[in-house]
Amino acid sequence: MSLFTGHDLICIRGERRVFAAVRFSLPAGGALLLVGANGTGKTSLLRLMAGLGRPADGAIRWNDVDIAEDPESHNARLHFVGHGDAVKPALTARENVAFWAALRGGGDLPSPAEAGFAKAGPDAGLAAFALGPLASVPGRYLSAGQRRRVNLARLAAAPAPLWLLDEPVSALDSDSVARLRNAIARHRAGGGMVALSSHGGLEIPDAVTLDLTDFAAAAA
Amino acid sequence: MKPFLAIVRRDVRLAFRQGTDTLMTLAFFVIAVVLFPFGVGPEPNVLARIGGGVVWVAALLASMLALERLFQTDYEDGGLELLALAPMPLQIVVLAKVLAHWLATGLPLAVVAPMLGVLMNVPPDVFPVLVAALLLGTPTLSLIGAIGAGLILGARRGGVLLALLVLPLFIPVLVFGVSAVEVAAQGFSPKASLLILGGLLLAALALGPWAAAAAIRQALE
Repeated sequence: MSLFTGHDLICIRGERRVFAAVRFSLPAGGALLLVGANGTGKTSLLRLMAGLGRPADGAIRWNDVDIAEDPESHNARLHFVGHGDAVKPALTARENVAFWAALRGGGDLPSPAEAGFAKAGPDAGLAAFALGPLASVPGRYLSAGQRRRVNLARLAAAPAPLWLLDEPVSALDSDSVARLRNAIARHRAGGGMVALSSHGGLEIPDAVTLDLTDFAAAAA
Repeated sequence: MKPFLAIVRRDVRLAFRQGTDTLMTLAFFVIAVVLFPFGVGPEPNVLARIGGGVVWVAALLASMLALERLFQTDYEDGGLELLALAPMPLQIVVLAKVLAHWLATGLPLAVVAPMLGVLMNVPPDVFPVLVAALLLGTPTLSLIGAIGAGLILGARRGGVLLALLVLPLFIPVLVFGVSAVEVAAQGFSPKASLLILGGLLLAALALGPWAAAAAIRQALE
């Protein structure tokens, strides 16, 4: 069984200590909900988890191996949804999703069953977020919420065991939030893990909550 | 290999669908060269003397135009993070983007160069050498430019900074690119200059993607 853990993490942005002594442990099928006031380091922690930055101290491990030792294997097992939606205005919704799916086609991916999806691919991704009717619409004509859905469609288009979602519900309508909740539930049922930051609006059953406000106080 | 081709295909498709990069680069190239006969006078001997150099300098400046956006648009829409998180080395991602950039801008420059050679009274039997030199030289420009394009991420008025950073590094390519054309125009073999251009390309191929990837990682921290 996979295990994703963080040990005594310290994050420094500029000259400021954002948080210190943060620990987390995410088993297969688990969910970690990051909460906290603005500026307490929710995005920073998710970026550390993705390997986009290095913690000032501490370690992040996958099955007891530091993710910094083999960044490519770590990349192959994660999906990161950040603030930018990475939707190209000149490409259609389907072309956008298909590109990100193709980009992940080369690594040793987990079997679709392991990730909780019967089948994957751009069309499965579009279907999971009800984007079928918008498949051939260029990115420039999509609304903010539709662009966010195109971004989220990557999750279902190319399976990966670890989802890192930074404020995934921003700009989403209630139907889309429900679809995301379903996608997360299916993902976890198949043994996938998810870590997400949220200011509410997305209930995740039996998620472990990590309130980063506590660790900001410890850092000061 | 498949993800590599996916990036090349997407970037080439974006370049042609938006149309601006290729068209702007070519239009700038043509106009910059056309200005010279007006500036120095239509004396055929003078034009033939400076033709090779003018075409090369104009190609060099034109290839700068689209460089600024090589990583900038991906950086702004969040796509660069996702490319950095692709299950392949960032150097290979950079190489794929540079190849797409060259196909959209450098290759068209080499293709239209003979037409501008006619305008500058460059002897027609030198055209193959001119095209060969550009085909060897422009990928080097794209590779060196990628380092600058990575370094300016997040900077304001990055385009000017980019020119200041990379134009001095373009000088070796310019020197040997022009010498290939001039040597051939005098009836000697341009082999030595072309070999040096090939050597510069290999060096840029070995160093450019690594330096650009390091610059991008810095910007994404």
